Amino acid sequence: MDSFDVAEFLELWVFLEATPLLWLTVTIVAYAIGDSLSKAVKRHPLANPVILAAGVVAIVLVATSTSYTTYFSGAQFVHFMLGPATVSLAIPLVTNWPEVRRHALAIILALFAGAATAISSVYVMAVLFGLDSTLIWSLVPKSVTTPIAMGISVEFGGIASLTAVFVIATGILGAVMVTPLMNAMRIKEPAARGFAVGIAAHGIGTARAFQVNPVAGLFAGIAMALNGLVTALLVPIIAGLV
Amino acid sequence: MIHAIAILLAMQLVGEGLARLTGLGIPGPVIGLVLLAVLAALSPKLRKLVEPVATTLLGHLSLLFVPAAVGLIQHLDVFASDFWPLIAALTVSTLLTLIVTALVFIGVERVLPPADPSRKETS
Repeated sequence: MDSFDVAEFLELWVFLEATPLLWLTVTIVAYAIGDSLSKAVKRHPLANPVILAAGVVAIVLVATSTSYTTYFSGAQFVHFMLGPATVSLAIPLVTNWPEVRRHALAIILALFAGAATAISSVYVMAVLFGLDSTLIWSLVPKSVTTPIAMGISVEFGGIASLTAVFVIATGILGAVMVTPLMNAMRIKEPAARGFAVGIAAHGIGTARAFQVNPVAGLFAGIAMALNGLVTALLVPIIAGLV
Repeated sequence: MIHAIAILLAMQLVGEGLARLTGLGIPGPVIGLVLLAVLAALSPKLRKLVEPVATTLLGHLSLLFVPAAVGLIQHLDVFASDFWPLIAALTVSTLLTLIVTALVFIGVERVLPPADPSRKETS
């Protein structure tokens, strides 16, 4: 057997690094690790598989001094599946339609109350803390799914890339907080728990809800889809008031 | 499985097309969701066909957010200028939103209980 050839290894690395395969594999393996850890601790809210997997990937990226752009060339295939996954929500929606209809009034009222709270509370906090107006408007749509949030942010003088970061941070915060909070409030209904996390924490909250209970997941998905529309509607109105 | 994937992608494609044409700001996948819901409600056969792939995708929704969350870790410097105000604003607002949404949802149903005899309470 030949001795280890550094030049040869580097050549192999340069080849692998340039293919999407490497970073696609790293993403899926990191998620498999994160998901196993999360299962091992019975889906404890702090052991969120998104955080665990992203942490593993981030360590690999730093250790190999890989840029996010290079990483995303492979990871984009996973990211792309968010579209088909959103379309997939139609199936549990149709399967559980009687259950959804039964909760129609609660859905509509909680939707507007939650959306208004999400927008106005972050606005008031940001103003109280003396943040500048670019940061304020980058924060305002933080509870809705990234493409909608970026559109709203830019319209009012926020920065799309800042908003994208705040949206993901909000999703993780909501996904971590929802279970202990709802337990403390003694709210047991999966529909109410799911709906709340879907409004507050969009898709990452919905991902958490689906892991805990399929009905909670469905209501989170409905909340996420509706909140995108209602927030786009409410922000201009609230902006007119301030 | 291949038919299910084809249907999901086709619905998204039509949704993206309609999103462009209408310019309402509704994302293409959400329009695709509504279209698939209508079709699946009309055809139980179609619903059964798509169901396994849809369930798998939704069960691993967390995986699909990993690339974006890696982006967050890479851009933590965004928080550097105003770390505590930003974290506090996001945390408090998310907490309040969860509380208000859940309380309104529960409150509405305490006042006006949904009329359905086959009511399933907490599972």
